[in-house]
Amino acid sequence: MLEACGVSSLDDFFSHLPPDVRLNRQLALPAGQSEYEISAYFRARADQNATGYASFLGAGVYNHYRPVLVDTVVSRGEFLTSYTPYQAEISQGTLTTIFEFQTMICQLTGMEVANASMYCGSTAVPEAGMMAARITGRNRLLVARTLHPEYREVLKTYARYQGMAVEEFGYTAGHGTVDLDDLDRRLDDKTAAVILQSPNFFGIVESVDAAADLAHKRGAMLIDVFTEAVSLGLLEPPRQADIIAGELQSFAISPSYGGPYAGVIATREKYIRQMPGRLAGETKDSHGNRAYCLTLATREQHIRREKATSNICTNQALIALMATVFMTVYGKQGVRELAEQNLAKAHYLASRLPRKFAGPFFNEFVAAFPGKSPETINGMMLEKKIIGGLPLGRYYPELEDCMLLCATEMSTREQMDVFAEVLAQ
Amino acid sequence: MISKVRSHVTQNEPLLFELSSPGKKAYQLPELDVPPVDASKALGAEHVRREVEGFPEVSEVEAIRHFTRLSTWNYAIDLGLYPLGSCTMKYNPRLNEAVARIEGLAWAHPYQPESLSQGAMEIMSALESALIEITGMDAVTLQPAAGAHGELTGILLVRAYLESLGNPRKKILIPDSAHGTNPATAAIAGYAVENIKSNDRGMIDLELLARVVDEDVAALMITNPNTLGVFEEQIARIAEIVHSKGAQVYMDGANMNALVGITRPGDFGMDVMHLNLHKTFSTPHGGGGPGSGPVAVKKHLEPFLPLPRLTAGHAGLRFDYDRPRAIGRVKAFYGNFGVIVRALAYIMAHGGEGLRNATMDAVLNANYIRKKLEGYYELPHRAPSMHECVFSDARQAKQGVKTMDIAKRLIDYGFHPYTVSFPLIVHGALMIEPTETESKRELDLFVAALIAIAKEVEEDPEIVLKAPYGTRTGRVDEVTAARKPVLRWKPAD
Amino acid sequence: MYPDNLRYTKEHEWVEVEGDIGKVGITHHAQDQLGDIVYVDLPKPGARVERGRSFGSVESVKAVSDVFSPVSGEVVEINETLGTAPEKLNQDPHGDAWLVRIRMSAPDEIKQLMTAAQYQNYIGAEI
Repeated sequence: MLEACGVSSLDDFFSHLPPDVRLNRQLALPAGQSEYEISAYFRARADQNATGYASFLGAGVYNHYRPVLVDTVVSRGEFLTSYTPYQAEISQGTLTTIFEFQTMICQLTGMEVANASMYCGSTAVPEAGMMAARITGRNRLLVARTLHPEYREVLKTYARYQGMAVEEFGYTAGHGTVDLDDLDRRLDDKTAAVILQSPNFFGIVESVDAAADLAHKRGAMLIDVFTEAVSLGLLEPPRQADIIAGELQSFAISPSYGGPYAGVIATREKYIRQMPGRLAGETKDSHGNRAYCLTLATREQHIRREKATSNICTNQALIALMATVFMTVYGKQGVRELAEQNLAKAHYLASRLPRKFAGPFFNEFVAAFPGKSPETINGMMLEKKIIGGLPLGRYYPELEDCMLLCATEMSTREQMDVFAEVLAQ
Repeated sequence: MISKVRSHVTQNEPLLFELSSPGKKAYQLPELDVPPVDASKALGAEHVRREVEGFPEVSEVEAIRHFTRLSTWNYAIDLGLYPLGSCTMKYNPRLNEAVARIEGLAWAHPYQPESLSQGAMEIMSALESALIEITGMDAVTLQPAAGAHGELTGILLVRAYLESLGNPRKKILIPDSAHGTNPATAAIAGYAVENIKSNDRGMIDLELLARVVDEDVAALMITNPNTLGVFEEQIARIAEIVHSKGAQVYMDGANMNALVGITRPGDFGMDVMHLNLHKTFSTPHGGGGPGSGPVAVKKHLEPFLPLPRLTAGHAGLRFDYDRPRAIGRVKAFYGNFGVIVRALAYIMAHGGEGLRNATMDAVLNANYIRKKLEGYYELPHRAPSMHECVFSDARQAKQGVKTMDIAKRLIDYGFHPYTVSFPLIVHGALMIEPTETESKRELDLFVAALIAIAKEVEEDPEIVLKAPYGTRTGRVDEVTAARKPVLRWKPAD
Repeated sequence: MYPDNLRYTKEHEWVEVEGDIGKVGITHHAQDQLGDIVYVDLPKPGARVERGRSFGSVESVKAVSDVFSPVSGEVVEINETLGTAPEKLNQDPHGDAWLVRIRMSAPDEIKQLMTAAQYQNYIGAEI
C-alpha cells in the first residue's frame, strides 16, 4: 500500500506537518491490553460500585425491569453500527423504527407530533423553552420549583446567553403541587411559556390543565415535562399542554450512572416548523412502495446554520429504539399493568412512612423525618444493604429533614418492610 | 462487475400498529406482593386515562421478528466499509458493549452515595486523564452528550471567560468549510457569526484572518484537519493572530482521528476543543446516537467548566459543586457514562502506541483511496490528505451525473455512500473517510466499485442516474415527504 | 420568460405595481435554482417590511432561501394557497404563485429596480 501511495514509510504522510507541532514521543498511556485484562478492569470497577443493594432512589432515574428482548434487538449490528439514516434506501430499518417511535410517543402524550428524540429530558426542556420563545416572540420562562432541580440548572445555562429570563414559581406547602396563585401573579405579557413537571419532582400528579388555562389567558404556552414515562401508562396526558418534553429512561434504558438516556419533544402540528430535532416522515419510493425518510431538514443546523432551530445534529436513535422495543413488549395492556404495579408498590411503602405532602402521587413521594437527618437514616439503611431515598436539603433548604423515595415494580414487599422496620427502631 | 454483493430476498413487514391485534401480549409481570390500589381513588378519576389509544398489542415472536426484519433493511459497519467523511465510521469493538453492560456499571444510579460509586468515578477520572494526554490540554469535562453539545459547552466557556475579563465580545469567526453546527452553536451562545473564506488551497487565509480579527471577535472556530481532510499547516500562526487580539481558538475535534498520537491541539495553540467519543474512540453510532462530546480546555478556562467537577478528596473521588465561576450544568447528572465506559475500553485496548498506529493506518487508507481514484475523479484540492480525501463530480457532471447519483450507484456495489455534497466549498463533493479498521481487501473492492461507476458514467450514464437497483427500496420521494409531512401512523378512516 | 410589466431585484424577486400596492413574488430563475419547493414562510398581514430586508423564506428539501422585499411598506395580503400548495411556486412563479401584496410607503423605490431586459441580462451574466 505504501508503494501504491508513492511513499516509503507511514511517517512520510505526516512530513508536511510543521516539526514544532509534532509529538516526538509516544503518548504516555499504558500499553495496549487484552480483552481479558480490560474485562477484569471493568469488573473490578463495577465491584467498587454498589451491587446487591435494594434501592429506593428515583428522582429522574428509575429502576425498572429491562425485558431481554430490548438488548437482543439493540445488539444487532444493523442497528448498533449504522449511522444517521441519510441514505434512505439502505436505512429503512432505522427510519421505520423512528416512525414507530414518533407514533407511540404521540399516543402516550396525546400530542399530534413527536420528534425522533433528544439527548435527554434535561436538555429537551431548554430546547422546548427556546421553541416557545420562537413561537410567541417572547423571552421569559416561568418554571415550577417542582421541576427536577438539575433540569432547572440546565435550563438556566442555556437561557443565560439567549436573552431569556428564567423565573421560578413556588409550590404549596400542604400538597406539594404548583402554587397556581403564585403562578398567576408572576405571569405577564412577556412570558413565553410556563414549564412544569407531572408527576413533579416530589412524585405528585399536577393539574396541568389548570396551569395551562392560566398561561393561555396571558398568551403564554404551557410546557409539561415528565421524567417518569411509566406514569403515562395510567395518567391522563395533559390535553391542554402545548409542548411536552420528557425523559424516556424508564423505558428499558439502564440507569448507567446518568446516561446515555433519550429525551423527546412532542407538540401540536401547527408548531412543527419550530420544533428542534430529527423527524422521520412517510413517503413513497420510486416503485410506489411505502418508504420513510428524514424530513423537514431545513429546520436543522446543517442547512440553516446560524438560523437553525437548534444546534442538535442527531437523535439518540439506539436509545430511542430501546424505548420503542420496551413499548412494544409491554404494549397497551402492559404499560397500564406496569403503571398500576408501580402505584401499588409506592403506596404500600408510603403507608408505612410519614409523608410530607398530601397531593396524589404515582411511584415517588417525599417522606419527612422531623428532627432527624436523612443522611443518618440512609447510613443505617446501607448496613442493611439498602440505598435509601434522595435527601432533599441540597435542592430545597426548606426540606432539609426530607427525602424523596421511589418504589417500582422491582421493589419487593420484603425490602420495603425492612426499610420501615429500620426506621421504626 | 459487482463482486461484493448479490441480491437476496428480504421480508416485508407491516408497522407495529398494523400487526397489532387486541389481547396479544409479549410481557409477564410478577404477581403483585402488595395490596392493589384503585388508581381513580389514589390519583383522582380526572387524572386516570382509559387506555393508551392505538398502542400496539403483539406477541413476543411477532415483536422479535418485527425488529429483526426491519434490521435487515439497514446497512451497517458490521456489513462493510462505511466511508462517510467526517463521521469516522470505524469498527465498534464488542468488548466495549460487554463491559458497558456489567451490572455494577449499567445499573449504577447517579444519586447512589459517592462512597458506593467509586468504580464509576474512577472510570471517568481515567478517561479524563487519557484525553488530557491525547489532546495536550489541561482539563476535561465529560458532561456534554454529543459533539454539538460539546461545541455549545466550549463556546459558553469562552463567553464566561471573556466576560470575567470584562467583555464577552460580539462575534465568532467561522471558516466557510466548517460544519453547519458551528454557526448554529455560535448563535445559540448569543454570538453573531462571521464567515471567513478559505484560500485556494482550502485553508485559512492568514492575511484575511489578520484583517478580520479585532476586539469584537470572541473566538475562531476551526476544524483541524479541516473538512477537506487537510492539516492547517499554519495552525500555530493562526492561533497567534487570534490570541494577539485577545480572542480564543475553538477546535472542532470531529477529525481527531487524523491526529491522535501524532500531534496535540494543546501543543499547537488551541484553547478549547471537543472530542466525539463516537467517532475517534469507536463507540457505536447506533443509527444516530448516543454520542458523547467531552470538552478539553487550557488552564485559563478550567474554572468555568460545568458543574459538578470530579475531584480527588481524601476519602476517594468526589464531585465538587462549589465552583462559583462555572457556567452551570449543560446536562443532568455527569455525562453519557455508558459511552464513556466504551471509549475507555477502546483506549485501554490500544495503548499509546496502538492509538498512534491507528491514526497512521487511517491516514494510509485515505491516501491509498486517493491515489487509486485520482485518475478517475477530480481532485479539486491537491494539498496532502490526512484521514479523508475529497473528490468532486466535475468530470462526471459533464455527462449529467452528480455526486448523489454516484453515491446511489455505490449502494448497488455493496457499499454505503461517502458524504455527499459536503464540504460546501467543493461543488459536488465526494468526501471519503475509510478509517483504519478497513482491510486492503475491502478498500480494493471499494476502489474497484468507484472505478467501475466512473466507466459506467462514460459509457452509459443512464445506468448511474437511475440507481440503486439492488435495494428493496428505490429512490425515496423526499419532496412529497416535506410538502405533506406524515410524521405518525394513523388508523385508516 | 420575464414579463415586461414586472420589476426585478438582484436577489431574484419581482414586483408588480397596482396603484399603491406592490404585488411581490420570486422569479422563475429563483425557483429553478431552488428546485422542488416544499414550504413557503410568509409574514402576517399588517407586518411592516423594508426594502432589501428579508420578510420570509422559501424552502426546498435541502435549502432555505430568504426572500427580500423589493419595496418598503405594509403587508396587506398574503397568498394563502401557497401554504397547502407550495409546488405552485415551481409552476407559475410570475402569476398565481405571488407571495404578498404590500402597500408601498415609498413607491419611488420601484425606479431603482431592474426591467425585464436588465434582469435577463443580469442572470445571464450571473450564470
